[in-house]
Parts: sequence; C-alpha cells; structure tokens
Amino acid sequence: MSVREIESQSTQDTVPEDAIATDSLRRRRLLLDPRPATRMSADVLDPMDRATARFWVAFVILGGLVAIWGVTWLYQMIWGIGVTGLNRPVMWALYIVNFVYFIGIGHAGTFISAALRALKIEWRRPISRAAEMLTVFALTTAAMFPLVHLGRTWKFYWLMPYPNQRQLWPSYHSPLLWDLTAILTYLSCSVLFAYLSLFPDLAMARDRTRGWRHVLYKTLALGWRGTEREWATHKAALNVFTYAIIPVMFSVHTIVSWDFAMAIQPGWHSTVFGPYFVIGALFSGVGAVIMVLALLRKTMRFGYFLRDEHFEGMALFLLLLSMAWAYFYFNDYLVPWYGQGPAEKAIQELLSHGWAAPLWFLMLFSNILLPWATLWSRRIRRSAGALFFISIFVQIGMYIERYLIVPTTLGRNELPFDWGIYVPHLPESLITLGAFALVGFLYVLISRIIPLIPVWEVLEGQMLHGLRRIGKAVVQTRAEPEE
Amino acid sequence: MTLAEHKWTMVVDLDKCTGCGACVVACHAENNVPIVSEEQTIQGRAMHWMRIERYWEGSYPEIKARFIPLMCQQCERAPCEPVCPVYATLHSEREHLNLQVYNRCVGTRYCQNNDPYKVRFFNFFDPIFDEPLTQQLNPDVTVRSAGVMEKCTFCVQRIRRAEERARLEERPLADGEVLPACVQTCPPGALVFGDLNDEASAVSQLLSGNARQFKLLEHLGTEPSVVYLKGGTSYVST
Repeated sequence: MSVREIESQSTQDTVPEDAIATDSLRRRRLLLDPRPATRMSADVLDPMDRATARFWVAFVILGGLVAIWGVTWLYQMIWGIGVTGLNRPVMWALYIVNFVYFIGIGHAGTFISAALRALKIEWRRPISRAAEMLTVFALTTAAMFPLVHLGRTWKFYWLMPYPNQRQLWPSYHSPLLWDLTAILTYLSCSVLFAYLSLFPDLAMARDRTRGWRHVLYKTLALGWRGTEREWATHKAALNVFTYAIIPVMFSVHTIVSWDFAMAIQPGWHSTVFGPYFVIGALFSGVGAVIMVLALLRKTMRFGYFLRDEHFEGMALFLLLLSMAWAYFYFNDYLVPWYGQGPAEKAIQELLSHGWAAPLWFLMLFSNILLPWATLWSRRIRRSAGALFFISIFVQIGMYIERYLIVPTTLGRNELPFDWGIYVPHLPESLITLGAFALVGFLYVLISRIIPLIPVWEVLEGQMLHGLRRIGKAVVQTRAEPEE
Repeated sequence: MTLAEHKWTMVVDLDKCTGCGACVVACHAENNVPIVSEEQTIQGRAMHWMRIERYWEGSYPEIKARFIPLMCQQCERAPCEPVCPVYATLHSEREHLNLQVYNRCVGTRYCQNNDPYKVRFFNFFDPIFDEPLTQQLNPDVTVRSAGVMEKCTFCVQRIRRAEERARLEERPLADGEVLPACVQTCPPGALVFGDLNDEASAVSQLLSGNARQFKLLEHLGTEPSVVYLKGGTSYVST
C-alpha cells in the first residue's frame, strides 16, 4: 500500500465516534491529530510574516551584542592576544571553552534528525528542523573560535590543507588539523542535510507567498514540484545522509576531545575522553534544543506542532544522557584518583577543595543532581517551563565542565613553579557573550525566513498514523511507507 | 661538503649554581628577549628563555633554597613538535635541536600546552624595548612580533656562525667553539655546552660515568638534551 492510498483511506473513515478516548489521544499525539495541509502551512508560514515588537527587540539586542563581538575582536587583533586574561601556563581558555561548548550544542540536530530518523522514532518529526538549524548556527559560531583564538588571526589560511609557495603543507601530525577537517566536514554535511530536508517546505512556501519571499523560495527550492520521482530521489538522498552523518557526528566531538587527550598535559591525557565528550555534547545539545523548542512554542505559536509529548521525549533523552555523562565522568575521575599522580592529584584537589570547588560542585549539581532529582517525574517531563529551567542549568553545568577541563586543568602541571590561575578579562567575556548572541541572532533571523517546522514530515507522519477500533478499544495504527 | 652531525648538549651542574641569574640577563641580551612590564609579569606573562626556578624546602630555620636553571630542554622526542599544525616548531635531525620558525607561527599556542617544562613563551603583545635597549638588539636574531611563540634555541645563531667559520677555514668544529650566551656568562661555570657525539668534548667527559646526572621529568620519555648534575646532599642553604 503506498502512502497515497493510505491518504485516500484517511483516518476519518476508520476512527470510530468514540469521542473521549480518541480526543484524548489526539490531544496528546500530533501525528494522530491531522489538519488540512493548507491550514498547517498557514500555521507555519503566518508567524514568519509577523515582525512583532518582540522580534525587533531581540533582533536589536542580539545584533548589538554580535557587533560588540566584532569590535572587540578587532581590538584584540590590533593589540594582541594579551588583552585577554591568558598567561603562562594557561594558553587556552575561554575561546577554546566556547569552541568545545558550541560544537557540543551542534550535536543535537544531527542526533534528532539523523539518529532518531534512523531509529524510526516518530515523534521527532516536528522538531527536526528546529534542531538542525540550531546545529548549523552553533557550528558556525564554534568554527569562528579557532580563528578568534589564533595569535595571528590574519594568517588563518596557513592552516588550510594546501601547500604554500615552498611546497610545505600543514602538518597532519597535529590534532588541530584533524579537528579542522572534522569540523569543516561536519559543518558542510549538516548544512546539506538541513537543506535537503527543506526542499518540500521551500516549495510549499514558494507556492504560498508573493514578493521577495516568493523569489527567495523559488530560487532555493530548485524547481521542486513534488512528483513521485522527486519524492523517491529525495527519500533516497535523505537515507544516505542519515546514515552517513551519524558517524561524522560521533567523529567530530571525539576528534575535538583528541585536541586534549593527545596532549601530555595531566588531566587531559585520558583515553576515555572520546566517548565522554560525545556524550557531553549530546547532553548539552539536547538541553539546548529543549530551550529552543520551548521558546519557539511560546513566541511562534507552534502549540499545535510542539506538544508535551515532544518535551517528554526530549526530557527522557536528557535524563538518559545525564546518566551516561555521569558514568563517563566517574570513569574519567576515578582512574587518576586511584593513580594519585602528583599533578593529577593537584588538579583533583583544586576541584574538590581548591578555588575551583564552587564551580565543580555547581557542575555536579547541574549535570547530575538536578536532572536526576526532577526528570523522573512525568509531570516535570511534560512541562516546557520546568524543562527550560532545568536545561539552563544543564548549559551552565556543561559550560563549567569545559571550563574546568581547559583553563583550570592547564593551571596545574608537572612543575609547581609554573602553576597559574586564569581570570577572564573583559574582551573574551564580551566575545563569549557575543557568541551566545550570534546563535540567538541567527535563529531570530532565520525564524522569519525558513519554515521551522518541517510540514512535509508532519504530513507524512500523519498519513502513516491512524486510529482504529478493535472491539471496544481504540488502538493506534502505524503504516510503513512503501520502500 | 656535508655538514657534520652534532648532538648539542647542555650540562647544568646544580651543585655549582648559585642562582645569581647572570645567565638570564645574558640570554635576554643575546636573543632580543623583551623585558615584560611588572604588571604583565604579575599576570604570569614573564618572558625569560632561561629562568631560575627557585623551590623552598623545609621551614625556617631549617630552610633550603633549591635552584633549577630551566631553558628549552631540546628534547629528542619533544611533545611540542607534533602538535604544531604549521611546522613552526620542528626537529633538526642533524643537530638534534628543537627549532622554532617564528614567521611560520600562527599562534595556536598548542606547543606551550603540550610542553611539560613550560619553557615556551608567547608574545602577547608586540615587544617593547625601552631606550637605550634598542641600541643593543642583536642583529643575528629576529625581533618577534605579537602572536608568535618563542623559546630558547641553544643560541642557534652562534652555532651557525661557528660552523660557518670552521667551514671557511676547512676544519672541523672544535670543542668549546660554540658557546651559548648563558654558558659564556655563568660565573661559577655551572653550565657546560658541547657536542655529545664528540667523545673528547667537555660534556662527554663530564657525563661519562657521572653518577650525579639526571634529566628533568625523565618519566615522560621526552629525552631532553639538557642534563642536570646533582649530588645527594648538596644544596644552597640560606
């Protein structure tokens, strides 16, 4: 049975008039609560046309912060990296923390749209676009930070893998180049993946808009008409991408972790860093997606699409990832603790009762205690407000985690004469603020340009799902699309 | 004429070192190492290619000061080398030196993170040489700009000059002909420099069968070219 036939049978014919049971199911599940395609498109497209006062306030504030980033960066380039709080031995600090943090955020989009698609988890349909966009913007922001961090930013192209005029290539012995390769691969894959899943929605937007929007969507939709053949090709391409991008996602944060794990620095030289970083990335990424979804539901009136079931599903992942993160953190902590190497011991003492102790305990509270203490409750898992609050703590916790790994650990090494403490100065604080603002700014901007709900995916899901009465019971049915 | 292979080695006799700091001054003068301001030094940005690390042992009145002159250890297996993405730091196989190419450096600062001895120095700002220090800058050594890493080179410019002179005179390099600025200056003669490949050299003589020798952080397997000498009980007391 093809998708079309299922559609023609439509759920209305088979669903009994058993109002109470079906109503409650429909209220809960988006895929059982179909709306006409035209109305759904309007639900997604209409908020894009509204440039409310709230939009402009966000636009100006976030844009201003991004501009401050630009000016500060220029100032830093003119005077030198010395305007930051870096010192010897803490040569990497907030810029690298931001880099790792935003790459981490960039893992959630792929996780939701690729991994959950591969696992055929159906409720992910309306949230995949929002997550993909977050991935693209977080990665873009993260990719800026190695440049901000360079002592001579204007020479960044020396790191690109092509030979200079004396036939000298960059050194692939350095994890930094593995990193550059991995991130550029992941960024281009994520952009293509997000674009690929956009075609049907761009065509939908093209057909329903006029003026500059029509021209824009017409250009971007590349002549999508929705023929059988186009859908088949689209599906095949999405399938290839889905399975290809999952290993890329795993490789990226593993390679980022190698920037640290390959080094001889005590506290970095750990074999568990690869999977530990991947889990940490997914953890903070899922938290960030929850925050974005909560904001979208509130500001874009996406209540029809983003329901409690989606928050509940994401909250479950958040809880599972918190547990996985705790497992890896425990591994990473226990081995050096048992080994009692002098430098490792100094680092752990700094965390448990040194100046870094408040940060360390706040991290443990945010990443473990708070999620475990709250997310077991179904009521909290279904409350967008509570989840938003918990996710803020997850972001704080994961940011602190990277802060403890990068500048705090670097302050302790083999020779106590060279120990040091890093204190962030104004320039890098402003640039960090600007980085968060950039992600928000791009998101606010794109929320008026790109349909943030994948209408075609929701429609497809609603075609495949239905309700059927068996005896007195109302059961959900799910069809498999024709291969 | 192929250039001879050298295994340049520095011997630091801790039993002779008084911690006077003459080597530090000599190094600054020879290598155009900028003098960092007091404020910057407090921030932990002091720049000394050669520095005297001072450790206190015990408590008053039984207190002992221990000095370790520390410069780039010119490791055979240097952790700082492979992590550089642009070959700004790399190994000279012929001279067993850890080279630093300032104009290639883009300032990722990874080498400093991965340097267990923390003997690499980053130019946080463009260097400032107060008058009349500008009059005595060494023309053989680049003045580094902001954003690049630098470190002790075993006075590679002196090695090069001595080699060239020997080559012109068509003779092998003699022991003692190459003297880094710190070695030349050291008042108690705690620093000895030479070619370990030459069995007759002062360093070879000093190190053969010497029970006092050790290398710093030897457990890391970096195989430094700087050898320290230290007797069991000797120390400098206050």
